[in-house]
Amino acid sequence: MDTKTNYLRKEIEGGILFMILDQPGERMNVLGREMIPEMHTLLDGIEADPAIQAVVLISGKPDNFIAGADIKLFQSLDTPEAMEKFNREGNTLLDRIEAFPKPVIAAMHGTTMGGGMEVALACHYRIGTDHKDTRFALPEVKLGLLPGAGGTQRLPRLVGVPKALDIMLTGKNVYPRQALKMGLLDEMTHKYALRTAALNVAKKLATGWKPKRKIALMDRALTQTFLRGIALKKARETVEAKTLGNYPAPPKIIEAVEKAVTASRRDGREFETRAFTSLVFTPQSRALVNLFFAMTDSKKRLDKSLIGKAGTIGVLGAGLMGSGIADVSAGGGYRVLLKDRDLESAAKGYAGIWQELDKKRGKRIISPFERDRTSSLIHPTGDYRGFEKADLVIEAVFEDLDIKHKVLAEVEAVVPDHCIFASNTSSLPITDIAAGSKRPELVLGMHYFSPVQKMPLLEIIKTKKTTDRALHTAIEVGMKQGKTVIVVNDGPGFYTTRILAPFMNEAMLLLEEGAAIDEIDKAMKKLGFPVGPLVLMDEVGIDVAAHVAGVMGAKFKDRGVEGSKAAEKLSEAGYAGRKNDKGFYTYSGKGGKKKEVNQDVYSFFGGPKRRPVTPAIIQERLLMAMVNEALLCLQDEILLSPADGDLGAILGLGFPPFLGGPFRYIDREGASNIFTRLDKLEGQHGIRFKPAEILAFMAKKSGQFYG
Amino acid sequence: MKKTVLVDGCRIPFQRSGTGYRNLMAYDLARIVLKSLLERNAIDPAAIDRIIMGSVIQEVKTTNVAREAALGAGYPLSVPAYTVTMACISSNAAITAGMDLIRTGQADIVVAGGVETMSDVPIRLRPKLRKKLVQSGRIKGIGDVLKIMKGLRPADLLPELPSITEFSTRQTMGQSCDILAAKFGVSRSEQDEYALRSHQLAAQAAQNGLFSHELVPALVEPDFKPVTSDNGVRGDSTMEKLSSLRPAFVKPHGTVTAGNSSFLTDGASATLIMSEEKCLELGLKPKAYLGQYTYVAQNPDEDLLLGPALAIPKVMDAAGLDPADIDVFELHEAFAGQVLAVLNALGSDSFAKDYLGKPAAFGAIPLDKMNTRGGSLSLGHPFGATGARLVTTAVNRLIDEDGEWGLVAACAAGGLGHAIVLKRHPEA
Repeated sequence: MDTKTNYLRKEIEGGILFMILDQPGERMNVLGREMIPEMHTLLDGIEADPAIQAVVLISGKPDNFIAGADIKLFQSLDTPEAMEKFNREGNTLLDRIEAFPKPVIAAMHGTTMGGGMEVALACHYRIGTDHKDTRFALPEVKLGLLPGAGGTQRLPRLVGVPKALDIMLTGKNVYPRQALKMGLLDEMTHKYALRTAALNVAKKLATGWKPKRKIALMDRALTQTFLRGIALKKARETVEAKTLGNYPAPPKIIEAVEKAVTASRRDGREFETRAFTSLVFTPQSRALVNLFFAMTDSKKRLDKSLIGKAGTIGVLGAGLMGSGIADVSAGGGYRVLLKDRDLESAAKGYAGIWQELDKKRGKRIISPFERDRTSSLIHPTGDYRGFEKADLVIEAVFEDLDIKHKVLAEVEAVVPDHCIFASNTSSLPITDIAAGSKRPELVLGMHYFSPVQKMPLLEIIKTKKTTDRALHTAIEVGMKQGKTVIVVNDGPGFYTTRILAPFMNEAMLLLEEGAAIDEIDKAMKKLGFPVGPLVLMDEVGIDVAAHVAGVMGAKFKDRGVEGSKAAEKLSEAGYAGRKNDKGFYTYSGKGGKKKEVNQDVYSFFGGPKRRPVTPAIIQERLLMAMVNEALLCLQDEILLSPADGDLGAILGLGFPPFLGGPFRYIDREGASNIFTRLDKLEGQHGIRFKPAEILAFMAKKSGQFYG
Repeated sequence: MKKTVLVDGCRIPFQRSGTGYRNLMAYDLARIVLKSLLERNAIDPAAIDRIIMGSVIQEVKTTNVAREAALGAGYPLSVPAYTVTMACISSNAAITAGMDLIRTGQADIVVAGGVETMSDVPIRLRPKLRKKLVQSGRIKGIGDVLKIMKGLRPADLLPELPSITEFSTRQTMGQSCDILAAKFGVSRSEQDEYALRSHQLAAQAAQNGLFSHELVPALVEPDFKPVTSDNGVRGDSTMEKLSSLRPAFVKPHGTVTAGNSSFLTDGASATLIMSEEKCLELGLKPKAYLGQYTYVAQNPDEDLLLGPALAIPKVMDAAGLDPADIDVFELHEAFAGQVLAVLNALGSDSFAKDYLGKPAAFGAIPLDKMNTRGGSLSLGHPFGATGARLVTTAVNRLIDEDGEWGLVAACAAGGLGHAIVLKRHPEA
């Protein structure tokens, strides 16, 4: 084997062999096929060499142990047989490590995820650093998979059923202190002492010493006694309630965990291998893996040579949106001037951010000092003082073109010439906003989603005049804010709002036809949306939705489509949604009572008498309305790529991730299938379902959006 | 030597102790003012060479409060910061330390200010108990606990409150002022009149918005309601009220009362000072040159607060200025009696002979040019923060009143004194 491509280096110190994982040319260690024989060879040598007493697995990378398995490899293994073979090869290696006659120690600093964590679980002793970069996770569930390298078997035996289920069903990060407490780590030390600590413990283990391990009493009871039945049942119920049966991986994880603590080791492992292999080939997993790659690929869009200065960001408007943007900006290390009409209003937004940080302090995620330092990056203000040094200003003021023009003029009077102006409008065309600018080439849209801290998408809108430098600076800011960025061309509603509009319109029309509010929401949740359209409208605000419908209405009218006027009428009648407890639902139920359908709303939709509409009809009409509009966005060159369309729909609007986004969904179902369905809907409901030309074209040549 | 200029100065509103900032540490107050100074000036924070803060009463958890506050305020980790202490002229010491760095070419941009809270002073245990507790590190069992507790009396368990007492003379500062006022012939009614003037001028200045350039709002957690004005000013005070107060320190016939003394105050202030060339290179507008300065010291027993009377003639001589050249005087007002004693001394031939070795008096300071926006008596006196306030106000007055030369002077515990000459920058 060519030494240059070796994954592993060895160093021997005091009878201990350090197996250094250092994948050449990569920032992260990733488990691939080539590593398996290499490690076997090394282990052969160690077994045969009496001078070596123990082995330490340690990474040669500065901030990761092993980031996981090579997901690209999964995609290349195109038959279940090939997949199973690879899985068994990996498991054979880990079983060898587990049964190795000499102690094997995992010494971990930095990211330790997926297959990397499973390697650690097979070792005899685990040391982790207390560094903030160090975290452990089994995120396979996010890819529609389960940990297939013994993770489902070894973890519950090590930390107990409840903790193991929590880790594997959520895919969440476990930080060093938590890991030590639950027994995932045997020892914690600081970054610079890792190697020495590993060396010392390796020598100790070589003498026959064994670490004492004890699972917390409650977790032990829920693992080893009849009580585990209750824990597993509860987990199944929670999973069912959350996924509505749309995701096959979580139930398999629970079953595998059950096997780990009830069946023989052999049976447990067999189950895991078979479940893993079958999950890899589910369309759900395929879609989630594609989503993962799309998110990773979206980062490559950034051209670092085109990034301008962005040290200070001005945010106009300290409401929910503005303070959310300020919050994530500070999180990205930017200094933020948070301006509202007066200091009191700005301070109110700031208080909200501080309180969120203080909650983290309460949970000991950050220290009081870290809270102070982060919150100090945000400076609430009632005037434009300090904006002389703003590199980027993001406005989140009221959605009215005159007001946008007014603040734009105010901003341009104080900011330096290079300052970029971004509008967080959800519907007003950026070109119209830029028309009021002295520097229209520095104007663009940065469309965030509410709540900003939680929603992963940023839709950046460029006009014909926007410079590359302005665009890439905004992309960089968005990425530092922790967002997945898509870039679209300007137009009414851009991409996300535009495809949401016909979706919402269809929900309104269904109500007018007599469908029940909760039936519509239930059907769409069952399809895989996180919330139904009417709950969403209550959350966004019916007034906002009415405004958007107004802006979008003109666009649809050009196509001969007459939209529902219901949102407008509701808004005029004082219905604003959740914020004034007057929406499709009421929220003021006492004692945490669940929201209830607001029966009064039906008077706007032909009275309280409802008629049954099957979930399939609801799902088909709403889904197809959105899919077709996404196609039109691609056709009109609002979208630059189908990948952006899929990311935007999933991350911004909650399009079911396991369906892969509108374009993946079309590819999966076949363009002609979608065409036929739209054609049928057009026959039933009119021109608004007229299939996009681009779809007709695709159907004709049986093409795929992803080649 | 490089010329040093003041680019900006600001302070959070001063609050009587136990009021607006009662839940904050000095660290928090310093953090707020440092953050505000940074946000209102278009400078790259990484370009700051030094942060120097004055502070008198040290919180044990944040002994180098300048560094902790700078970090907490989000300043870059790479900017060194240190804390200086020189009693009531601590922030003057911070400013002049910064000036020295700039003049000698070791720094171009310095943030200098000060902070004090009297709302949460460190209250210590009695020495006997402290000693026992230090020993307690060796406690192994209950027997040791009993052994250590042995010999402690209930009174030893009471906390020890700090007081503003001179360590060397054991006099409180009020007592010293009473002595000084009597020595320089300042009457009780003169003191009350001066105190009234301070409150009335401060109230007028606030009403006319004259503090708008120096005040930055303080947002106090957890609800962040802005504190926007000083709360110690009593514009409605009267001679009748003031003269009815009993002497606070020398009883029953002393002249210093709570009404003619400065009160316990929480606050923080900060200035941005630079070499003139750096300031102009960055395209910033300098407000004033920071010129000659001096420190003096004398007997803390009789002349504890007389410092300005010695410092002013000295610095004026060095700068080659006459009293008539000065357009703006800002004197620290620890006590009305202290200010008036200093003025009397400056106007006295015998003081000039005895203390300065000069044939004739320095001269009178015209009251219409002195402390026209109130002073420490009315605005408050957060020990570590007052000096930067004096300099900032003097500079703002120079600009607002179209003057050229300014003079700041202050007294401090330990028998210390300070004076500095300011000159308005032609660009201001």
